[in-house]
Amino acid sequence: MHKINIDGQTVEVEPHRQSSTEKTILEVAKSAGIYIPTLCYHPALEPYGACRLCLVEITKPEWKEWSKLVVSCAYHVENNLIVKTSSEKVIKARKFILELLLARVPESDVIQKLANQYGITKTRFSSSLNPEPPTLNCILCGLCVRVCDEIIGENAICFAYRGANREVMAPFNKPSEVCLTCGACAFVCPMGAIKIEDIVDIRKISISKTEASLVRCKNCGVTFTALPVSEKVKKKFQTLQELLELCQKCRRKKTIEKLSYGPMAIRNI
Amino acid sequence: MKDIFNKYEKKDENILGLLEDIQTEFNYLSEENIRKVAEAFGVPLSRIFGISTFYKSFSLTPKGKHIIWVCSGTACHVRGAPKISDRLTQLLGIEPGGTTPDNQFTLETVNCLGACALGPLVVIDGKYHGKMSVDKIEKLLQDYK
Amino acid sequence: MNNTKKLASISEFENLANRCISAKSKDIAVISVCCGTGCTASGALDVLARLREEIEKRKLDTTTDTLFTGCHGFCERGPLVVIRNLKGNKNIFYQQVKPEDVAEIISETVLTGKIIGRLLYIDPTTKNKIISEEELPFYKNQKRLLFGSNGKIDPTSIEYYIAIGGYSALGKVLTSMTPQRVIEEIKKSGLRGRGGAGFPTGRKWESCRKAVGDSPNSGTLHTTGYVICNADEGDPGAFMDRSLLEGNPHSVLEGMIIGAYTIGVKLGYIYVRNEYPLAVKHFSIALQQAREHGLLGENILGTDLSFDIKINRGAGAFVCGESSALRASIEGRVGEPSVKYIHATEKGLYNMPTVLNNVKTWASVPLIINNGADWFSSIGTEKSKGTMIFSLVGKINNTGLVEVPMGITLREMIYNIGGGIPGGKKFKAVQTGGPSGGCIPEKLLDLPVDYEALTQAGSMMGSGGMIVMDEDTCMVEVARYFLAFTQDESCGKCTPCREGTKHMLKILTNITKGKGREGDIELLEEIGNMVKDTALCALGNSAPNPALTTIKYFRDEYESHINQKKCPAKVCKSLIKYSVITDKCNGCHLCFVKCPEKAITGTAKKPHIIIREKCVKCGICFDVCKQDAIKIE
Repeated sequence: MHKINIDGQTVEVEPHRQSSTEKTILEVAKSAGIYIPTLCYHPALEPYGACRLCLVEITKPEWKEWSKLVVSCAYHVENNLIVKTSSEKVIKARKFILELLLARVPESDVIQKLANQYGITKTRFSSSLNPEPPTLNCILCGLCVRVCDEIIGENAICFAYRGANREVMAPFNKPSEVCLTCGACAFVCPMGAIKIEDIVDIRKISISKTEASLVRCKNCGVTFTALPVSEKVKKKFQTLQELLELCQKCRRKKTIEKLSYGPMAIRNI
Repeated sequence: MKDIFNKYEKKDENILGLLEDIQTEFNYLSEENIRKVAEAFGVPLSRIFGISTFYKSFSLTPKGKHIIWVCSGTACHVRGAPKISDRLTQLLGIEPGGTTPDNQFTLETVNCLGACALGPLVVIDGKYHGKMSVDKIEKLLQDYK
Repeated sequence: MNNTKKLASISEFENLANRCISAKSKDIAVISVCCGTGCTASGALDVLARLREEIEKRKLDTTTDTLFTGCHGFCERGPLVVIRNLKGNKNIFYQQVKPEDVAEIISETVLTGKIIGRLLYIDPTTKNKIISEEELPFYKNQKRLLFGSNGKIDPTSIEYYIAIGGYSALGKVLTSMTPQRVIEEIKKSGLRGRGGAGFPTGRKWESCRKAVGDSPNSGTLHTTGYVICNADEGDPGAFMDRSLLEGNPHSVLEGMIIGAYTIGVKLGYIYVRNEYPLAVKHFSIALQQAREHGLLGENILGTDLSFDIKINRGAGAFVCGESSALRASIEGRVGEPSVKYIHATEKGLYNMPTVLNNVKTWASVPLIINNGADWFSSIGTEKSKGTMIFSLVGKINNTGLVEVPMGITLREMIYNIGGGIPGGKKFKAVQTGGPSGGCIPEKLLDLPVDYEALTQAGSMMGSGGMIVMDEDTCMVEVARYFLAFTQDESCGKCTPCREGTKHMLKILTNITKGKGREGDIELLEEIGNMVKDTALCALGNSAPNPALTTIKYFRDEYESHINQKKCPAKVCKSLIKYSVITDKCNGCHLCFVKCPEKAITGTAKKPHIIIREKCVKCGICFDVCKQDAIKIE
């Protein structure tokens, strides 16, 4: 067993064969009940290390007094690792990141709340350097881009340009041709910066500038998903066609109906 | 165009090379060509678009007939390159990165070209003009007008 | 020489080597013309063409030959022509040669042995004319182990490289050294990465070999890992990698083949900036010729070793010099560094064990194999072995590429080799390590040039750029310049680099515009130190260095800009004004004519006046005035 020391607490971790599949500091901390703030991290996606908020201070016995800051979302634990999640160095770093973010997205209550937790109520940095925000409150954490790539598989949006001009957009900043309007991006966005609007029979997603028709439940008529999503899911789960044309509520009702016909009926669901 | 495409095996590591050849041939990357590349390599359009906007070699808008590079390497900088760049901005009415409305000139400040002994260096259409000065630049420009 | 038969054994190679040596040691005079990018831009190719014409015209081809070579390093004095093996002279070094000089060179020097005085280099202190290359102070104090062959070989012809002993190190390795033995030798030599970080090369190779394991290197080209040459030399003012690739590509290639054998991989890449077309061209030719001779590809020299290399070009992103960004770029993606804490030697390119080394590091390998680790480690200091190539540029008399043993002092480099500051101006600082490095002031000029000393001073070795600055350089402006560079090149992924350097740049720009405020210096230091600690990659970690070192050593200049709104070096436009010194002005009207803003008034023969409101401080009047009558304050 690996023995990891986090904030004075010894945690035992099952070792993995390869160092690259070991648990990360963040995962181990979570299981030990220690909270580390994050913004660009999501358990379903590969660690990205961009926001830098989850920085922690690590050292090892052989390093003597020397220590360094690493992002806990991506650092794989090793035996005898010593981690400090709230040392002076760490707090200073977190405050710095939050102060920078506050300057970038001054109107965001998410950042304001986080900053307040660390005693920061205002920023010394100028907010006037921000380009006209195409997406208000975006901190370029990349979760939207990454979920559309790694989980949805459509790659409808991407990072464009670089440095201070970096932005998230669909190709050519035109309405995306492949966006399903599934809303996964809006779901993972920690800033609530992506808007999904359902207006009568149309769904609009701000970030990909895409519009799609909404699908109405065959049973009760309520709109419950967007057409591209429905088509993709139906294609993937051919045998569930009937259920997929119903809204979640009606689907549940139908499934229960079928189940009540006895064990044999389950096979035909 | 077909020749450029066929030159490369369709492995991801050739994406940049192909885009560079297209940029050199057409002076920019058109939306149509970016789409063609994505299709040819079987990768998402957004990936090629992201690449086209990330790397400085690529331009999504056509460049001018004459491309002026002012080397902004440290040695040239120390020898007065910014003044030359400013003068060109004055004379052409465009900022570095821009193209004149008549599409004649594109002005760019480029990273060190490694000819530091010739600094300050101005390159026009690939021709090197070393030991440039604010005084000499207007005359040089006339040769291309 | 036309030999396209693949060498199937070491002994066949040795036969070829002997043939090449005798072919290249014919007793004829050789006129080598430096055709590196710098000299070519000054007309070297015309000089070469004229020489060939003249030799043909006068039917001298049996006694005189020309040689197209890569960069000789003394760029300030180009175009360079060096005549060797002419009876009676060690060699003759002609500088600033023009095509019009060629006829005289042939008729006077080649035919009658007469030296043309005006083409010789004049020592600025002794005022003596110097005839041979070795006597030039510029070259005398160098130790040109890696670079010295540039002037003696045609980089587009493998026979020249073989004739000077090229590929004999590969032969030695393949016949008498196991991979383990090679690793021991490289470790013992003390070679450290020449790309910037200075990581011990032997240790890097050892970890990668361990990760690759002992899988046999069989004939097909599926690979167990990769070797990569980082030729994305992006530091402004650095061009040694380019010159080495242009002038002696095989030295790099040989190093990579030895590396592939040692580490046990079959595929390699070289990632070159696309702004280096000549380097790409010469390296391509080298690859092709090596393949034709069986020195690259399957079953190299008839052994089990199979290895080949692909050239990938960069596309204008400085950040792609960072190892994980470089790999992303090769893989056909945006050059964003990755956050992975796993070493590339374990999981690198395409998640396979990878060794990434700089051009100069690879070129050092054949030298070490041929001459031994002990020889290499006898050069340099305790922790920094061997030689290093620097590009000495900026406010320096002898601009060029300089190769010196580690441990030489900055003073020796700048004065003995560099020839000091032009115009009799006072030295102010030397910037080492490019945008990741720092500025070193006069009081530290006796610092030895080695990894540790430079790092301790707040700078770093980097890839070897050395930019000299004098009293007319504004250090605040220098900091602003470097930060503008890193800001422009930042990939934008992580918060501290993207946002932090943006704010630092804004503060610095304000200071240069006279809008600096009390507390700005402290704020810059705070942001700078935080960005250093929290950024994701080496670009961000080191971007604040120029600002931090200039604050450390030139704080008074910052204070002058902020408190007195004055730029001591008279550079920052918002803080200076141009005026005419009435007693010196003779009314020649030249400045009036040249002023692009019509900001000067005056009648002929009467002192002129500059109109403040119209003056844009372009400096033209100052440059053209023959009376020194323009004052900048």
